[in-house]
Amino acid sequence: MATSADRFVHRPNAIDRLGQTLVYAGELFRHPVYTRFLHWMVGIFFFLALLSGFGIYLPWIFRFFTPLFGGGAMTRFLHPWFGLGFVFFFALQAMNWWQVMTWTPADSRWMKHIRRYVIRSDSTESPETGFFNGGQKLMFWEIVCGSIAYLITGVIMWFPTTFGRILVSLSYVIHDISALIMLFGIFFHVYLSTFGEPGTIQAMTRGTVSESWAWTHHPAWYKAVTGRDPQEALKEAEERMASGGRFSGAPPPTL
Amino acid sequence: MGDRGTLRIQQISAHPGPIAGEGTQRQDKVCKLIDVTTCIGCKACEVACVEWNDMPFQTTHFDNTYQTMPDTDWNYWNLIKFNEDEHDNGSFAWLMRKHQCMHCADPGCLRACPADGAIVQYSNGIVDFQQQNCIGCQFCVSGCPFNIPKYNSETKKVYKCTLCSDRVGAGLEPACIKSCPTGCLHFGTKDDMKFLAENRAKQLRDVSGFKNAGVYDPDTIGGTSVIYVLHDITKPEKYGNLPASPRIPLAFTIWKSVFKPLGLIGAMLGFVGVVMHYVFEGPLRTQPTPPVKVIDPPPPPPGREN
Repeated sequence: MATSADRFVHRPNAIDRLGQTLVYAGELFRHPVYTRFLHWMVGIFFFLALLSGFGIYLPWIFRFFTPLFGGGAMTRFLHPWFGLGFVFFFALQAMNWWQVMTWTPADSRWMKHIRRYVIRSDSTESPETGFFNGGQKLMFWEIVCGSIAYLITGVIMWFPTTFGRILVSLSYVIHDISALIMLFGIFFHVYLSTFGEPGTIQAMTRGTVSESWAWTHHPAWYKAVTGRDPQEALKEAEERMASGGRFSGAPPPTL
Repeated sequence: MGDRGTLRIQQISAHPGPIAGEGTQRQDKVCKLIDVTTCIGCKACEVACVEWNDMPFQTTHFDNTYQTMPDTDWNYWNLIKFNEDEHDNGSFAWLMRKHQCMHCADPGCLRACPADGAIVQYSNGIVDFQQQNCIGCQFCVSGCPFNIPKYNSETKKVYKCTLCSDRVGAGLEPACIKSCPTGCLHFGTKDDMKFLAENRAKQLRDVSGFKNAGVYDPDTIGGTSVIYVLHDITKPEKYGNLPASPRIPLAFTIWKSVFKPLGLIGAMLGFVGVVMHYVFEGPLRTQPTPPVKVIDPPPPPPGREN
């Protein structure tokens, strides 16, 4: 079966050694400490850059957002550094995930059937969905392209007299478009990892997911790491539940 | 804004809502007329500018021309551009142009500015920077068709010629006008200066043999409060990159006023979308979902059936 990516191979580094990941019974290890650290650094800098950029983006909201960062001049001073922080940590994350994010035919099929995903036609994802699904990969590559656009246009806008008037004014538009696409995307990212698909966010906090989460949302990855067939595992869990046994696979209630 | 008492405001950068005092007092548009045909390049206006505005003199750079320095600076707002113009017959002429802020009727700097109140346009047409509101983004630098606003990296503010708004507000002429020894500089209402300029251009055409003499008051930016009489209005570029049709980049006009707000609304639809998805479709839970215990609504109180 052509899975999009079977497993995420990560070589531990110094950041990984700073923390541990507890995998409780019924859980699977998903994201190492380094990945989680990068994710939240990217997230922090994303929102700092987003909110400080908001104030400068539109005159109508200038007075709402610039006080958050100590006034207009301080907002303007900080925004490029927030942006650099975002690009820096995302660049590390991109290197970390480059391989597992490779686009496969399975992802193209996922995108073709995105309607079924949106309207929740199936109770589990298609059996060929691996470590990441097509939507997650699309978001990843959008941020890769967007970050490159941010970095180039941002530096041009930072030093306007070096690059000339026309290039700078073009950069404003590209910078804006990149920001609007990422703002649009962040709602889906946050929604799907919390309310939309319960049990997901703990993958980025504690680093683990429940087995039932794995066979529901990423069946091919479940198969790769456990060696078991996700459909059979699901059927067994249903039978256990029907026979009044302990409900297996329920997501632990904590983050 | 020491001149607040007499100068009324007509436009404020990045300012949502009404402008206090706008239109309460009629004020004539003021104008500086520069007749480049009578400029001798003496630089008295440069001296007067730095003297009045308490700015230091600049170090000059010698580059084998009469140009003392390449451009204006954050603390040097007025510079004579020395342009050597060679003619086809081998003769040669100086085209000397006093270079400073043009005080456009539709100012690109003000359009580009994202900071509320950092740039104002007075009812008399003067465009003035209010450094206390400036955030140092330098958007105005890209918005300006004349490359006028200059950034000070120490104070992180942008500065330019004020058309001596402090003097004009007190009923005086700008400092540069006072100093001109040849009468090449004039100051008055826009109507008067336009009349004077057109007459001078006509004189140059009819009497002095400059067939293309004309007045530089570009209407691509709604006209300017600084106008030139040029020997050759068809080639303003010869006078040190004076653009024939100065324009504000679309990024600061249609993009900023139309597509930016629309784009933001469009992006926020993502938020509406996910909320509605939760309401209409609900979450995708891990499978199998636990059995559901349905809690029926309590029966109605006796006597209230139906």
